[in-house]
Amino acid sequence: MTASTAARPRPIPRGKRPPLIPSNVLAMVLFTLTELMFFAGLFSAFMVAKGMATDGWPPAGQPRLPVEETAFNTVALLASGVALYIAGRRFSVAPQSAKMPMLVAIGLASFFVAFQGVEWVQLVGEGLVLSTSTHGSFFYVMVGLHALHAIIAIFALYWAYRRLKAETLVKSQLTTVQVFWFFVVGVWPVLYFQIYL
Amino acid sequence: MATAAPHAHDHGHDDAHPEESWVIKYLWSTDHKIIGLQYLFTGMAMAIIGGYFAYAFRMQLAFPGESVPTYGVVSPAQYNAMVTNHGTIMIFWVAMPVLIAAFGNFLIPLMLGCDDMVFPRINRLSYQIFLLSALVLIASFFVPGGGFGGAWTSYPPLSSEAGYSLTPLGSTIWLLAVALEFVAFLLGGINFITTTMNSRAPGMKYTDIPMVVWMIVLASIIFMASVGPLIAGAIMLLFDQNLGTHFFDPTAGGDPLLWQHLFWFFGHPEVYVVLLPAMGIVAEIITTFARKKLFGYKTVLYTAIATGILSFFVWAHHQFVAGIDPRMANLFTATTVLISIPIAEMCFVYIGTLYGGSIRFTTPMLWALAFIFEFLIGGVTGIFLGASGSDIYFHDTYFVLAHFHYTFFPIAIIGTFAALTYWFPKMFGRHLNESLGKIHFWGTVIPFNMIFIPLFILGVGGQHRRIYSYEHFPELFQPWQQDLRVMATVSLLVMLVFQALFLMNFFYSIFKGKKASKNPYNANTLEWLADSPPAHGNFLHLAEMPVVHRGPYEFNHPDRDEDYWPQWLPPEGVSAAPPADPEPAADPEPADESADQDADQDSDQDSDEESAS
Repeated sequence: MTASTAARPRPIPRGKRPPLIPSNVLAMVLFTLTELMFFAGLFSAFMVAKGMATDGWPPAGQPRLPVEETAFNTVALLASGVALYIAGRRFSVAPQSAKMPMLVAIGLASFFVAFQGVEWVQLVGEGLVLSTSTHGSFFYVMVGLHALHAIIAIFALYWAYRRLKAETLVKSQLTTVQVFWFFVVGVWPVLYFQIYL
Repeated sequence: MATAAPHAHDHGHDDAHPEESWVIKYLWSTDHKIIGLQYLFTGMAMAIIGGYFAYAFRMQLAFPGESVPTYGVVSPAQYNAMVTNHGTIMIFWVAMPVLIAAFGNFLIPLMLGCDDMVFPRINRLSYQIFLLSALVLIASFFVPGGGFGGAWTSYPPLSSEAGYSLTPLGSTIWLLAVALEFVAFLLGGINFITTTMNSRAPGMKYTDIPMVVWMIVLASIIFMASVGPLIAGAIMLLFDQNLGTHFFDPTAGGDPLLWQHLFWFFGHPEVYVVLLPAMGIVAEIITTFARKKLFGYKTVLYTAIATGILSFFVWAHHQFVAGIDPRMANLFTATTVLISIPIAEMCFVYIGTLYGGSIRFTTPMLWALAFIFEFLIGGVTGIFLGASGSDIYFHDTYFVLAHFHYTFFPIAIIGTFAALTYWFPKMFGRHLNESLGKIHFWGTVIPFNMIFIPLFILGVGGQHRRIYSYEHFPELFQPWQQDLRVMATVSLLVMLVFQALFLMNFFYSIFKGKKASKNPYNANTLEWLADSPPAHGNFLHLAEMPVVHRGPYEFNHPDRDEDYWPQWLPPEGVSAAPPADPEPAADPEPADESADQDADQDSDQDSDEESAS
C-alpha cells in the first residue's frame, strides 16, 4: 500500500436524496415480479399438459370454451386498463378530473369478473368441472386465480377512488394501484390466447 | 478491546418513542431489531425440533429397531415423517428465517444508517405469518395419520395421493405451512429490497453498502423470482390432494415430472438464497478480524449477481435419472459446472482478503474460516453430482446426502454461529464467553466432519437414501457399514451435547455477560455507531443521523494512524456536521423522512408508524 491509494476527496453528502422510485411503488413492482413468475409457472405447466395431450386439446367430448363471448370480455378488461391509464394522466394535471375514468375502470373491471362468473356457471352446467380432465383443471385454476387477482385489484381501485374523493390520494399510491391493475390486465390476453384459443 | 468509551447520554428516551408495555415491545413490535430477534429465537426453537428428529432417526439407523431414549421405538412411518420434516424444518424454518430474516431484519437498517425498515408494519406481519406457519407445521405432526413422510421435495404421486403417502391430513397441512412461510418471506424480502434502495444514509453509494446487506438483498431478489412457480405447483398439488384434479397424475393426463420441474426451479435457487447471506456474513467477519479491506468488493458483488442469474438455469441436475431427455441433461451439466466458477471466485477473494492480514482468531473468525473450508468440501463434492455421467451412479445415495449437508451445514449452522457470535454484542449489549465459544466451535466442527465423512464412504458404497432399516438389505448391512453408521450417530450425539454448551453460554451471556462497548471490534460499518443494544429508532437519539463518507472495509488505510476508519467519520479537517444540516436536530426524523415518504405521509397502511406519533 502506497500513498497513491489516497483516494480523491469525496464530496460531503448534502442530506438525503429523494428515492428514484417511491417505496410503495417499488414494493408493488417487486411483488408483481413474483406474481409474474407465479403465472409463468402456471403457463409453463399448462403448456406441458397441452403438449403431452395425445387425444387433442381440448380432449374430445368436453364442452368448448366460449371464445367469442370471452373476446368481448377481454376488450372490456383492456378498456378498464386504458381507463386507469387515463385516470393516472389526468391525476397529474387536475386530480379531481381523474374521478370519472377511475369509476369507468372499476365498472369495467367489475363487469369482467361478473361476466366470467356467468360463464363459469354455464360451463359447469355443460359438464365442465374441476375434476373432469386436466383441461378443466387448468381452466378453472388459472382463470380462477386470475379472477382472484382481479377481485383484489378491484378493492384496491375502490380504495384509491375513495381516497381520491376525499382528496387524500397521492400520486405514488395511484401508481402502486396502477402497477397491480396493469399486471392483472396484461396477463389476461396471454391467458386468453393460451387457454381459449 | 473497548477503545470507544460507552456513549454517555441520558437514559431518558427521546420523545418519539415513549416506553411501551412488554407485550407491545417484544411481541407486537414494529422495531426491526425485535422482529429480527423474534425470527432468531423462533428459528433456534425450530432448529432444536429439527435436531431432535435427526437424533431420533440417526439412532434408528445405527441401532435399528431398538428403543431410542426419550423417543421410543421409531416406526417406519415415523421415520419417514421425521426425515421429511427434518429437511423441511432445517431449510425453511431454520436456514431461511435465521440467515435472511433474523440477520436481515437486525442488520439492514442498522448498516444502512436508517431508523427502521420502510414498511415496519408489513415487517411485523411477515413475522406473524412466519410464526403461524411454524405452528401449522408443528400441528401437522399430531393429526391422524401423522406428519407428512414423502420427503421434503414431496414428489407426486407420493405427496398427491393419500393411497401412497397414508397421511391425507399431514401432507395438506405440511403444504399449507410451507405456503404460509413463503408468504412471510415474500413480505420480508420486499421490505429488505425497498429499504436498501430507498433508505440508505446520505452519502452511501452502491459500493459503500456492506456486503452482507447486498447478499441478503440479492438473496431476496432470487427468492422472489424463483418462488412463483413453486407456489403455482403447490396450489396444483393442493388441488390434486383435496379437490380431485389430476395435474400430476399420469393416468389422467397429468405429469409427475411437472412437479419436479416446478419444485426445483425454486429449489435450486433456494440453495443460493441461503448461501449468499452466509457469504456476506463471512465477508464482514474476515475483513474485521484480518484488519484488511475486502479484496475485490466489486468482484464479489458481480460474482454474486452472476451466481444468482446462473442459479436459475441449473435446476434439472436434480432430475438426471427422472427420465428427462439426455440432451437436456448435458446442457444442465454444463450450467451446473459453470456455477462453481463464481462460487470458487468468491472463496478465492476471501482467501485473498486473508492474505497479508493481521488475523485474530476470535470465535466469529474461527466460524468464518470454517465456513470457507467446509463449504469448499461441499462444493467440490457437488461437481460429481452436477455431472450427469457420475450422478447416475450417485443419485439418491448417501453421497448426495453428505454433499448437501456439507453445503447446508456450513451455510445454516456455521454461518449462523459466525453471525451470532459476531453481532452478539450488538444484539444484546454483552459479550459471549470466548473460551466457551471456542470449545463449542471445535466441539461442533470436528463432530460435523465425523458425521458426514463416513456417510460419503457409505454413499460411494451404494447405501441408498430414505431406507428405514438396512437389516433387510444384507449387502448394505455388513459390519463395516454398520460401524460407520454408528460412528456417524455417535458423532451426532457429541455434537448435540456441545450445542447444549452453546445454549448455556448464550443465555448466560444475555443476562450476565461482560458489557459490550459500542464498537468492540473496531469495525467500520454503521451498526457499530449505534448503542449496544441499539435503542428503538437506532440513531435517533444521536445528535444527527449518520452520514457515510467511505466504503465499509477501510482497514489499515495509509492516510490514517488507526487501523480502522469508520464509515461515519468525516474526512479529517471537516466538521462532523454535514453542511446541509447545520443545527443538531433534536428530532431529525421529519426532515429525514420527508424526502423519502412525502408521498405516503398520510397513507394509513405503510408509512412509518413512528412518524405519526
